[in-house]
Amino acid sequence: MADAHHNGPILIAGGRVIDPANGRDGAFDVLIADGLVKAVDRSIPADGLDQTARVIDASGLVVSPGFIDIHVHLREPGYEYKETIATGAEAAARGGFTTICAMPNTDPAIDNAAVVDYIANRAAGAPARVRAIGCVTKGRKGRELADMEELITAGVVAFSDDGDPVYDAGLMRLALTYSRDLGVPISNHCEDHELCPGGVMSEGWVSSRLGLAGIPAVAEEAMVARDISLTELTGGRLHLAHLSTAGSVAMVRQAKERGIAVTAEVCPHHLMLTEAWALGGKGDPNVAAGPMAYDTHTKVYPPLRSNADVAACVAGLADGTIDCVATDHAPHERVSKECTYHEAAFGISVLETALGTLMSTVHSGSISLPTLVERLTTGPARVMGNGFAQYASLTPGTPADLVLFDPDAGWTVDVNKFASMGRNTPLDGVTLRGRVGATVVGGRIVFEEPTVLNKGDVA
Amino acid sequence: MVATTSNEPEVFPGNAAQVPVLRRHVLDLDDFTAEEITATLDNAAAMRAVLERDVKKVPALRGRVIVTLFYEASTRTRISFEEAGKILSADVINMTASASSIEKGESLLNTGLTLQAMGVDVIVVRHPHSGAPHFLARNLNNVAVINAGDGAHAHPTQGLLDLYTARDHLGELAGRKVVIVGDVLHSRVARSAVWGFAKAGSHVVLSGPPTLMPDPVAPGGWGSAGNNGVENPLANVTVDTNLDTAIEGADLVMALRLQSERQQRGFFPSLREYIRRWQVNDARMAHANPDALLMHPGPMNEGIEVSSSQAHGDRSLIEEQVTNGVAIRMALLYQLAGAAVAEN
Repeated sequence: MADAHHNGPILIAGGRVIDPANGRDGAFDVLIADGLVKAVDRSIPADGLDQTARVIDASGLVVSPGFIDIHVHLREPGYEYKETIATGAEAAARGGFTTICAMPNTDPAIDNAAVVDYIANRAAGAPARVRAIGCVTKGRKGRELADMEELITAGVVAFSDDGDPVYDAGLMRLALTYSRDLGVPISNHCEDHELCPGGVMSEGWVSSRLGLAGIPAVAEEAMVARDISLTELTGGRLHLAHLSTAGSVAMVRQAKERGIAVTAEVCPHHLMLTEAWALGGKGDPNVAAGPMAYDTHTKVYPPLRSNADVAACVAGLADGTIDCVATDHAPHERVSKECTYHEAAFGISVLETALGTLMSTVHSGSISLPTLVERLTTGPARVMGNGFAQYASLTPGTPADLVLFDPDAGWTVDVNKFASMGRNTPLDGVTLRGRVGATVVGGRIVFEEPTVLNKGDVA
Repeated sequence: MVATTSNEPEVFPGNAAQVPVLRRHVLDLDDFTAEEITATLDNAAAMRAVLERDVKKVPALRGRVIVTLFYEASTRTRISFEEAGKILSADVINMTASASSIEKGESLLNTGLTLQAMGVDVIVVRHPHSGAPHFLARNLNNVAVINAGDGAHAHPTQGLLDLYTARDHLGELAGRKVVIVGDVLHSRVARSAVWGFAKAGSHVVLSGPPTLMPDPVAPGGWGSAGNNGVENPLANVTVDTNLDTAIEGADLVMALRLQSERQQRGFFPSLREYIRRWQVNDARMAHANPDALLMHPGPMNEGIEVSSSQAHGDRSLIEEQVTNGVAIRMALLYQLAGAAVAEN
């Protein structure tokens, strides 16, 4: 399908170009050659191009910089039965993501240069740029800081113990202080364990109906508050992973107003799905809990929350309180979800449904399409730092990382067609609107979906 | 409903009530209609008559295989199901987690599939995880699943036997005041009883330590009609942590078993304080209706959640509950496995 052998110029003609880095939104043609964006203009004639050029008719499609996902779990090394770098990158390409940042909760964890090198080697030739995030603490054990400068030199783009928080407040203070001159953020997974012992879903009316131990909003918010205060104290660079509650959004908004250097991300599922999905009726809050209840595919950390929390996260993303979308793509093998809700692993396989899920916020009128594109491109690039800007724009001379998507195309999620090894999503069988037509990385078409690209008219 | 021939013994004792929905599984009472509950209680009344015979045996489930699959210790519930199945002439096999392939690490699903492949008709499952019976029901196509207690979620057969016992003494349950006292948060017994009494139209008041009260089951809170497009199916359930006011005018008081580990984990300060505030005793029962009844799901911590005088007093229905439990389980087993026999 993907035109992997095509190395010549590509002219993407007739699309709606949304390029937030250049403040551009309108009908433009984009010319790609030698792996770079060559030109963006109102009209670029095809007849001036050489014989090897490919022309893509992008009418009806949006053309934007490729999406950047600063939070994925690729499971390699250590958990190759859940996902590999190759399958995860393929899933990214299908989802329109051209750069993905892999969290370090692998085995061994990404806490030294050798593991960073291993990942870089495994990612060579993958259909997406794969960058590593290093551990904050050695072995992700939360006791002593990892060799941060060595990790930076090896190529990590941020630090995180994701999957677990940096639990010790004193250690978090040291991490924020020590990393001040390293130029990358510390991304924290906020979860106060004492406030959610045994918790498996959001604490509230659904957990009460199902008799499942809850995770209250305050389990996240208590640590968000702590980390904001520590950032103010240290002058460090804090990034808050996967915000899920209205209270967290409010605290980040207030911190930004006070000039504290904090950024935040939100996951697609926290912008569309609620706790009611655990009842088994695909979100219908008024179903009785029958055999379909306790759908383990709805088990994720942070948990799916209330309507009010979803609305606050959408509003926070719209007004810029939340800087970017990140998928927290968390693939799992079948048996990790084929068990009781209590036993099931946390996590959703997100990369291939992200755009369709996110577009629900545009179709509902809550977020404009250019804003959504910003939160998937320049937003995450701003969080990660200067090295990412070149991948987040269509500025001539920058690497040609692009996505073409149909914002309206309806399609039904079928996990059996996923490139990801993780088939764990509550969205299987659900119809979404918004689908990727093609993904270009470094001038190479790494994925194309003919039915979207040609509007069903397969040549 | 059930055909009998002259040379065979009676299959069903009396006339089986028409069950409005021929359900495949009994997972909780939240998806039972009020009519279905009434029909089940009516059937249990007929089963109760069998229990009073000299020869407690009817052939209703002859040729059916029932497995009790218990991942948690239980005496009364497991024996109650076993007795119910045997009186109805089913073959009953008991499987416990400590003496099976479960100890070798077999998953719940694979255990279920194995039992299904052996031709088992009904699996009665008790499991420490909420939703385990739902998981089995979702994945087994040819087996009926009965929930005998799942985590802190539900214990529907206990809920039905509570309703049966209450109806037997109070008659109409609509408009009655039912007070449930104790660790409601962790009590699957209470959770099923709440659905049952609420569907029967009773006014249910939950009481006990504030730390052991569950969250409301709909946005808008206890006693509300719901909010944000979510209907509260338990709008006639309220919470009053002060037992002295909660018990005013009660027709039925249900005390729950207090697990000592709750105190160790700090949910309340001491047993002494618990007894002071929430023990069901003579002084408190004096505020209930003069003929108010007392129930307890057992096993009882006599002298803690219930005073000895009340546990063995003339208002106590605790032993009747046990007897009625067998009748309820007979009725449910018949409704799930026997109706198919009758059709054949």
